[in-house]
Amino acid sequence: MFQKPKSLLAYFYSFFQQAGEVSLLLLKVLKNMFKKPWERKVFIQQLEEIGVRSLPLVSLTAAFVGLAFGLHIYVAFHRYIGPDSEAYGGPMLSLGLTKEFIPILVGLMVTGRVGSAIAAEIGTMKITEQIDALFSLGADPTRYLVIPRVLACFIMLPCLTMYGDIIGMAGGFFYNVYIMGVNRILYIRTTVHYVELWDIAGGLIKAAVFGVIIALIGCWQGLRAAGGAEGVGKATTKTVVIASISILIVNFFLSKALPSI
Amino acid sequence: MIRIVDLHKAFGRKKVLQGVNLDLKQGETLAVIGQSGSGKSVLIKHIIGILRPDKGQIFVDGVEITTLKDDELHKITPRFGMLFQGVALFDSMTVAQNVSFGLERYTDFSQERIQELVAESLDKVGLKGCEGLMPQELSGGMRKRVGLARAIAYRPDIILYDEPSTGIDPIRADAINDLINMMKREMNVSSIVITHDIVSAYKVADRIAMLYEGKIVEAAAPEEIRNSKNPVIQQFIHGQAKGPIKNW
Repeated sequence: MFQKPKSLLAYFYSFFQQAGEVSLLLLKVLKNMFKKPWERKVFIQQLEEIGVRSLPLVSLTAAFVGLAFGLHIYVAFHRYIGPDSEAYGGPMLSLGLTKEFIPILVGLMVTGRVGSAIAAEIGTMKITEQIDALFSLGADPTRYLVIPRVLACFIMLPCLTMYGDIIGMAGGFFYNVYIMGVNRILYIRTTVHYVELWDIAGGLIKAAVFGVIIALIGCWQGLRAAGGAEGVGKATTKTVVIASISILIVNFFLSKALPSI
Repeated sequence: MIRIVDLHKAFGRKKVLQGVNLDLKQGETLAVIGQSGSGKSVLIKHIIGILRPDKGQIFVDGVEITTLKDDELHKITPRFGMLFQGVALFDSMTVAQNVSFGLERYTDFSQERIQELVAESLDKVGLKGCEGLMPQELSGGMRKRVGLARAIAYRPDIILYDEPSTGIDPIRADAINDLINMMKREMNVSSIVITHDIVSAYKVADRIAMLYEGKIVEAAAPEEIRNSKNPVIQQFIHGQAKGPIKNW
């Protein structure tokens, strides 16, 4: 049987209810973040899981985005400004990568790899009563599960973005200098001259915010999972969809809010 | 020791508990029987603070626990050990890590002492030498026993058993019943056993309480329950399809 479509009012109600749930979880995280005992072991495990194990994915993504972006920048300068102007594409490529592409792509990649895993892991723990067991054994689920993941994402996303920035810029440099024969010295000199530390820092700030979004939504979906394997599947899918959309929306507002000149 | 007064809990429109009154005395084993879905597990989760009631009170040695904040509640939870219905072992941890989990949080013991207590708890449930195994390498009965070892490792004085004999064969179920009796004998614990297995209830309980339509319809000694005139209890203990209890 087909389900009766929800009214617009029901959609609004559901949206605000869910936004409220996430806000309350964030509040709980902030309130408990500095309280002892700290779950150091879990936190270190999460740093490895979220950061170190995402390196191959980030390397591949950043390298090919750098190459492709480098190609288009070369074509654009060559076609619209003229031959021998391609070396001036270096700053444009670096700014585009560090301020927009790499933070967003790292955010989306980590959402797919880590956000979904967080939702699946916590969701499975929820439906198999492991979260109740944690509580009965003296571990607060927010402190044991949510805070280490939020903190680890908050720290590791900027690190991954920084790493992605280097790989991406190296990809663009490689394409322009070694494939298209652009002047190496000029390319480096213009890049160093026009790209400021703040441009890179802006991207890292965005990445830290994306990290919190990914972990928070993954944990929230995991904690509200219900109804067996199907529930865990839905939590995983919703995490990827909600976190990805949130990253894209928040990115625009951060780009607007962070000073760029 | 534990006193439950007029406990109410609803999930959406479904009223699960509608005024439960019950008490547990020091050193007593109380079995709570009832149909599947009658709210037995919901009741037990209120006692340890996993769920909060809509109305009503729970007293543990005179302290009202339903109004306590999580931090305050965690000062009382070391008094409870709980064996979950699906055991709820942490599947990313070894047997030893599972059993030591509560010890690490509830005590200041050294790692050596914790390992000693883990070995002792596993020995008590007949699983000596299984420390390094993962939960997925264990049979259903072994998992129940590890769950029990985890619940008793930090020496609580109240143990809550949620369907301890569900999902295992009758012989292993009887072995679990023996363990419940042994815990009472050797550790002098008070226990609440949630079950729909009437044979288990008769074997382990000093008192049996029947939960039906969100209320305790009778709480008495096993013999009195066996001879109860209440048609609901008679239908349940004889496992009859016809009677006042609706089938579905």
